Amino acid sequence: MKSLEELKAIRERMQGQVGLRSEDSNNTRVVVGMATCGIASGARPVLTTLVDEVQKRKLQNISVTQTGCIGLCQYEPIVEVMEPGKDKITYIKMTPEKAIEVLEQHLIRGQIVEKYTLNAENL
Amino acid sequence: MFSEISLHILDIVENSIKAGADFIEIKILVRTDTRRLRVEVQDNGCGMDKEQVQACENPFFTSRTTRKVGLGIPFLKQSAECTGGSFSIRSAVGQGTDITAEYCTDHIDCIPLGDVNATVYSLVMMNQELDFYYQYQVDGRQFVLDTREIREAVGGIPFDNEEIAAFIKDFLKENKNEVDSGAIV
Repeated sequence: MKSLEELKAIRERMQGQVGLRSEDSNNTRVVVGMATCGIASGARPVLTTLVDEVQKRKLQNISVTQTGCIGLCQYEPIVEVMEPGKDKITYIKMTPEKAIEVLEQHLIRGQIVEKYTLNAENL
Repeated sequence: MFSEISLHILDIVENSIKAGADFIEIKILVRTDTRRLRVEVQDNGCGMDKEQVQACENPFFTSRTTRKVGLGIPFLKQSAECTGGSFSIRSAVGQGTDITAEYCTDHIDCIPLGDVNATVYSLVMMNQELDFYYQYQVDGRQFVLDTREIREAVGGIPFDNEEIAAFIKDFLKENKNEVDSGAIV
């Protein structure tokens, strides 16, 4: 069985160099809908993919969070991107693959992936 | 409908979080001899009164305002009962809510437990200000992940620190494998 002992070693290694993730208002927020409708349509792998990729790429100014039902259940899984000072972008019918594309194109390079947005859907 | 029991757990725990709970226990107890899988979720949230408890099993009851149906609890109840299992909910205002669902795992309509590690991992990562006690038991063998213990061990380092997150993920994976030998439950 893996025990919590290893955490102490990690903690010692990190002493003094803990770069706490800043939760200030300059952060870009990435919000995943995690109500019954989102979960049923595949939000969990979308969420875990985003959390893992943000950590892996050490994107310090992005925080991934979750929310309840956004009210657009038929378009779940939904990912909203909120950049400070910009309009909210709503991505619909997300998958882990599409989420990585949004991360690379939008969150890193600043180019909105129009084809996955709610605006691109013929409502 | 959900394709995994672990998705039901994720969904039900979201109710606990919305009820303002700061300590949530999730227990998965599997017996292979009697072919039963029991899920218990207990929270210390705001709880519900008698009428709300009765009403919440009805899909046309919800406390939210975005729409008029709430399917989380009715889905869980149906998915357990359709295997010949059972569902129960106990709640008291100001004390919290206990939900138990028991599945008969040899019934053809029983959905698999699924990726329960992903459920626990995402709950812990997304709700770092809350504490979780997660127990996974198969035929008496078990392991526990208690975020209160993790919190104490890491000091002030946030759980979404790359190394801590990787540890939590490995902890869940390795210990689950040791408990169920990698069997698909």
